[in-house]
Amino acid sequence: MNWLQKLLPSRIRTEGMVKKTIPEGLWIKCTECAAVLYSSELERNQQVCPKCGHHMRIGIRKRLEHFLDAEPREELATTVEPVDMLKFRDQKKYRDRLLLAQRTTGEKDAFIAIKGRVLGEPLIASGFDFSFMGGSMGSVVGEKFVRAANRALDEKIPLVTFMASGGARMQEALFSLMQMAKTSAVLTRLSKEGVPYIVVLTDPTMGGVSASLAMLGDVQIAEPKALIGFAGPRVIEQTVREVLPEGFQRSEFLLAHGMVDMIVPRLEQRETIANLVSMLKKHPAPDRSALNSAV
Amino acid sequence: MNPNYLDFEQPIADLEAKISELRLMGNDSNLNLADEIERLQAKSGQLTRSIFSKLSAWQVSQMARHPQRPYTLDYVKHLMTDFVELHGDRAFADDAALVGGLARIDGRPLMVIGHQKGRDTRERSRRNFGMPRPEGYRKAKRLMETAARFKLPVLTLIDTPGAFPGMDAEERGQSEAIARNLFVMADLPTPIVSLVIGEGGSGGALAIGVSDHLMMLRYSTYSVISPEGCAAILWKDAAKAPDAAEALGITAPRLKELGLIDEVIDEPEGGAHRDLATHMQSVKAAILRALDQTEAMPLASLLERRYLRLMSMGQFIDKS
Repeated sequence: MNWLQKLLPSRIRTEGMVKKTIPEGLWIKCTECAAVLYSSELERNQQVCPKCGHHMRIGIRKRLEHFLDAEPREELATTVEPVDMLKFRDQKKYRDRLLLAQRTTGEKDAFIAIKGRVLGEPLIASGFDFSFMGGSMGSVVGEKFVRAANRALDEKIPLVTFMASGGARMQEALFSLMQMAKTSAVLTRLSKEGVPYIVVLTDPTMGGVSASLAMLGDVQIAEPKALIGFAGPRVIEQTVREVLPEGFQRSEFLLAHGMVDMIVPRLEQRETIANLVSMLKKHPAPDRSALNSAV
Repeated sequence: MNPNYLDFEQPIADLEAKISELRLMGNDSNLNLADEIERLQAKSGQLTRSIFSKLSAWQVSQMARHPQRPYTLDYVKHLMTDFVELHGDRAFADDAALVGGLARIDGRPLMVIGHQKGRDTRERSRRNFGMPRPEGYRKAKRLMETAARFKLPVLTLIDTPGAFPGMDAEERGQSEAIARNLFVMADLPTPIVSLVIGEGGSGGALAIGVSDHLMMLRYSTYSVISPEGCAAILWKDAAKAPDAAEALGITAPRLKELGLIDEVIDEPEGGAHRDLATHMQSVKAAILRALDQTEAMPLASLLERRYLRLMSMGQFIDKS
């Protein structure tokens, strides 16, 4: 440790160094308050720090596991898989990047959709897997979103989508840009048929995803302190040549500027969304006694 | 270096300079230089053809940004009559980076909307280099809705490096403004014809580009990200932009081949600005053809076709 690192308070010191000294998987340090947390406790708490309430990122499968009632569940559009049509190659082949992402995440691509219930309210819950190539939107993401939306249309049940994406997938070039138009177009049908579309913006929601399906919800919900915007902070800093203010492009900033309806902590989303869709569907209030006591 | 020519055009610029020099000499003296001038002109034409017949994707993207390239208001001036510019989004401001209004083409009224770049330093800054803020997209949406109300077709001209990545743009909801346009255009009850005239820069271009007939000029580009941006992220080196341009397949013929656009409009040798009159003629013909085609369709089937086209976008495997 050099003199500069010694001077720094421990929580500012390089995270990587601290992490390495902790046995893998047993203890996790909160990225915000540096509290050392028991990993299974953190998991039970859906990756929200029990000490400071900081929302760490959570995989989409785990998220939906907590979000949906235990029964019934039906995963949708599982047969749709990516293909490298353009034989895109940068420093790595796109094909290899896909294989690697599939191996490490166990997913075929960056989006999943599951039909189920929340506090008894039938709905389709869907969302991005940020660990799959940054949750980037390519043809598969677009297609799976459209299929989920069409199923919602057929059954006249709400569509809920958890956003977490760096934007369009560059390796699919203009095909990925067109997914913005495709996903936005299917939402015109939901809108016309009065099928509720609820958006939950989680950290981070940027670029082409933010500028299409993520901003078209009937109700726009954000998780606390999520980074949400069109252009990335670094790009903006290069454009305006100044340091961005604290909290810029965070959920609280979007709420203040009128871009989202509300900020809802992860542990309250089941109740909030069940209540919202029950009113939009003119159903009786959801059965709150079913709320998981551990949550 | 002649600033009106790009790097790879310099040999042509040199020849052209020699030709005008000879012309001046011919005027001053009794020397008969006509033969020599004719010979050089033929050579210049040949050189232009040979250079332009094998432009790389990166060179095309430089052509798309050529400082002499015609911009939206040049097309309005050359193709249309009775133009009345309409300003403002009725909520915050008027954005000079995106212009629009009513005009006639061949006597037929329409709503024309396009990104607008500037010619000189002052105008470039006023037009924000053709990078709209949310109020620009919201103005476009307002004009499209007006057009639909009066059953007028919409023509959009695309020429932007991208939506403006600035603090004010984020504060006023750049994402929402773009998303809303995609949503509205998918279902706008009137024909929409789009033409990429220069740079089709990502979401900022698509935000006025959802259409029934999408055309590109021969030396325009359309891409999910600029070659420089892509190179910086994927190659970690912005100097790899030529490689990125190639990989992204951003040129009109390539995108036509992939089925992502409907039509490529050829440009005069050396680009649109080298022979404006001829260029404007062929663009006008293409626009009129597209308007005829889309206006001939019953509105319901036009909208159904637009929707199905959008739904068909993408390449994937379905293992069911």
